[in-house]
Amino acid sequence: MYYVITYIAVLLTTFILIPFVKVRWKGILSISLVIISAIISGIIGVRALLGIPVDIILHGTYVTGDIPIRIDALSGWFMLVINFTAVTAGIYGLQYMKMYKDQTTSISLHAILFVLAQVMLTTICIVQNVIVFLFAWETMALSLTLLVIFEYYKPDTIKAGLNYIIQSHLCIVFLSVGFIWVATRMHSFDFNAIHQFSIENPVYLSTALLFCFMLGFAFKAGFVPFHTWLPYAHPAAPSHISGFMSGVAIKIGIYGILRMILLIDANYTTVGIIILIISTFSGLYGVMLAIFQHNLKKLLAYHSVENIGIIGIGIGVGAIGIGSNNQLIATLGFAGALLHVLNHSLFKSLLFYSAGNVYQATHTINIEKLGGLIKQMPHTSALFLIAALAICGLPPFNGFISEFFIYSGLFNGLINGNLVLIISFVFAVLGLVLIGGLALLCFTKAFGTVFLGNPRHHFQKTPVEGNIYKLIPMYVIGGMLLVIGLFPNVIFNILSGPITLFTNKLSLPSVGLTAVYKITNTMQYISWCTLGVIALTATLFFIRNKVNSNKTILVAPTWGCGYVGDTSRMQYSASSFVRSYRKMAKPLLTLYKKKEEIAGVFPRHASIEISVYDKLEKWFIDYPLKQIKYFLSLFKFIQNGNPQFYILYGVFFVVMILGAPYLYNMLVIFVKFLNQL
Amino acid sequence: MISLVLILFASLLFTGIVGRTKSIASGRKGPDIIQPMRDIFRLWKKGSVYSKTTSFVFQIAPSIYFASVLMAILVIPFGLYKGIISFDGDFVFFAYILGLGKFFNIISAMDTGSSFEGMGASREAFFSMLVEPAFFILMGSFALFTGHTSFHEIFIYMHFNTYVSYALGVLATFVLIMIAMIENSRMPIDDPKTHLELTMVHEVMILDNSGFDLGLILYATNLKFAMYGAIIANFFIDTLPVYYSIPMFIAVQFIFAVVVGVLESFSARFRMGNNAQFIFTLTSISLLIFFSVLLLLGKFI
Repeated sequence: MYYVITYIAVLLTTFILIPFVKVRWKGILSISLVIISAIISGIIGVRALLGIPVDIILHGTYVTGDIPIRIDALSGWFMLVINFTAVTAGIYGLQYMKMYKDQTTSISLHAILFVLAQVMLTTICIVQNVIVFLFAWETMALSLTLLVIFEYYKPDTIKAGLNYIIQSHLCIVFLSVGFIWVATRMHSFDFNAIHQFSIENPVYLSTALLFCFMLGFAFKAGFVPFHTWLPYAHPAAPSHISGFMSGVAIKIGIYGILRMILLIDANYTTVGIIILIISTFSGLYGVMLAIFQHNLKKLLAYHSVENIGIIGIGIGVGAIGIGSNNQLIATLGFAGALLHVLNHSLFKSLLFYSAGNVYQATHTINIEKLGGLIKQMPHTSALFLIAALAICGLPPFNGFISEFFIYSGLFNGLINGNLVLIISFVFAVLGLVLIGGLALLCFTKAFGTVFLGNPRHHFQKTPVEGNIYKLIPMYVIGGMLLVIGLFPNVIFNILSGPITLFTNKLSLPSVGLTAVYKITNTMQYISWCTLGVIALTATLFFIRNKVNSNKTILVAPTWGCGYVGDTSRMQYSASSFVRSYRKMAKPLLTLYKKKEEIAGVFPRHASIEISVYDKLEKWFIDYPLKQIKYFLSLFKFIQNGNPQFYILYGVFFVVMILGAPYLYNMLVIFVKFLNQL
Repeated sequence: MISLVLILFASLLFTGIVGRTKSIASGRKGPDIIQPMRDIFRLWKKGSVYSKTTSFVFQIAPSIYFASVLMAILVIPFGLYKGIISFDGDFVFFAYILGLGKFFNIISAMDTGSSFEGMGASREAFFSMLVEPAFFILMGSFALFTGHTSFHEIFIYMHFNTYVSYALGVLATFVLIMIAMIENSRMPIDDPKTHLELTMVHEVMILDNSGFDLGLILYATNLKFAMYGAIIANFFIDTLPVYYSIPMFIAVQFIFAVVVGVLESFSARFRMGNNAQFIFTLTSISLLIFFSVLLLLGKFI
């Protein structure tokens, strides 16, 4: 208990110090606090992950009751994910914010809130008391909103921040409903009461409770159709915050869903099938919209929606595994989901940092204006390439490992299931394959248009590579991507801690127990394959260089079958790259095309501009908002700006408050009189 | 090991047989069977010209493409013998490692900054995305049918005893042949012979490659054909002993090459806009195979 108080005291003193020091020291103080918090919670998290859980009860106040702190393997895993991304985001952000060093007050707030957000995120993982949990959740949501609207002078940023905070509060509403439901029945604020509730009540009630919680967490995680805040908030935020949010903040929604699955014994097969179907739609929708974005960060934000869909498919498979009492499917599903949580935080944050480098070098984030940056920014391009390969799930990187787990779970489920399960699994396989293919299309477009070819716009200042301190955290993440791809068996062993929490829900004897041992064998093979790919490529490249060393190598303009044209206007733009796909997907999306045709014989100015609007946002947000606005505008006459009316409202209110008990008594007497008649 | 040796052997002669068939079908004598290999050896001895718009991506892409095709070949079994690599779910690895090669092909084409190569890159990305579901659902149906998830075990435990399963085998062969044609960008998706803007997919992506790199890419195409031929041959080999299965393998590869040549000679290319629809038809055929397997297993009344 005293450790907690010391820790909070250190945090608060530093927070009070930050506004008074110079700008450079604000950042350094902030990042030191982040690293210290990361080390403390990291050590506890690693111990919990490897089998030493923490279970203590702090004596809270009258309001909260006892505060249990339970750190099991699941919390440990998420704590590690949060801390790693927070540290890299902090180190990268320190350099990124140098561009804004004139906004001293904003930077103080930013520095304080960054540490607060990280501390609150780790608190959410460890605390199991409803009041403290909701308090931490709300603080996290508020601090993230204020972090997002750093560039408040841009109107789009404020709109994005408002959108985010309103949807965060929708999330909190649903969470509160679930928590209040349990608290009124069980008279306790402990999370174990939720478990008791699900044991004592019939299955359909527990399933309803689970769905209530999942609805709330789905807003935070970004499942379709609750994702509409994501594509606005991530581009509006500074790049290190986008990476932090995309890597960590939406994962806390996934943590919530997983925690509730552990606590509530519901009808897992139904829950699993519904999560599977929603996540497949989520993944497909996210990637389908990502392809048409011109804003690089909005493209990455839609890919976050897609990857949350993939994580959801893993959770769905795992839940179906618990429901059909199949150890293999449950293991594979949850392994894939948990590993993809880590993987996505790694490669998405790397992608956002690269996008941040590009933005700071060129001051534009519009893909159609960029091009040929690989010559001026080789390190950023190489790291973007590695992250793009990882996000498409291609070997030898880590994205392949988590997608492989999910595929194995799906195919094994296909073999062992009944008809309903088979149909859902085939649908999920179809969805996952299309997601992979579309992601490949999108990232070849993004990488090719931004970094390759000729520059499409002449910048006054030649773009320069980011400085070394920006690149160091990016290279560390790139190394992690490769390491996880090379040593999947080690990762699978580490994951066995959290997975056992889920497979403990299976009642023995369960199907497929022996097959689980084969998974380590498979991981060993994949490790050899990854090594093989890299070794084979290196050998071939070496042979090629040897062979080419005594031949004539010339450098000339692009031949292109005789179309020697060096201008950037001739190369493929991003919209042209996705044209065939656009023709196919047109009925499913709302596309706006602005076209100026070439009229006449001689070439004149012509242009074409294609943008996409989120159809689900139109249905779920814009249309209800319009109706609510119309309904409320009928009561416009109440707010007429006349002070006399406002005084009248005040008098009316005071009379009602004072007279209400008296009126109530009169009503009781009148009803008694009526009854006597 | 044996499957790797056989596929390498088949790849040496495959494109030559295709070319010879096409020539004989058009009434000419045509070039030698090993002429394509002679061309590739000649390319391997030449110097290269690189475009000044390109970067390190263009330099490493052909090596990565070739390495990915080789790794994919290591997974393919041969009858009773497994491939050098065999594990549960290896067909997922097979598809994704080929995807790695495609990714690098596409970005090396974008690297040149030419409109021609960008067009090829765009089409390649689009068509390969459409053909993936067909392959996965086909493998999913086989996994459901046999109850195993690795190439080796699926092919060992696949027994065609009833008429329906024979029909399924024929349909599956057709789907695999079409997948091979699409992945290698041959007719009826794309015409490798004409170098016209409207008709190219794969040929146009490699316009700026030269010398050793071009040799690697052309040989990789041969390897891919032999690889798909090996998968098709595995359907028919079943569990026969070696002295029957090797001649059968060679026969199946030969017939596959002749079929490719005949298809190329006697069919016209589809309009580029209709290609997407055609590739989607493959997915629906795979779904048909899937539901027939469900019917066979009695899970779908």
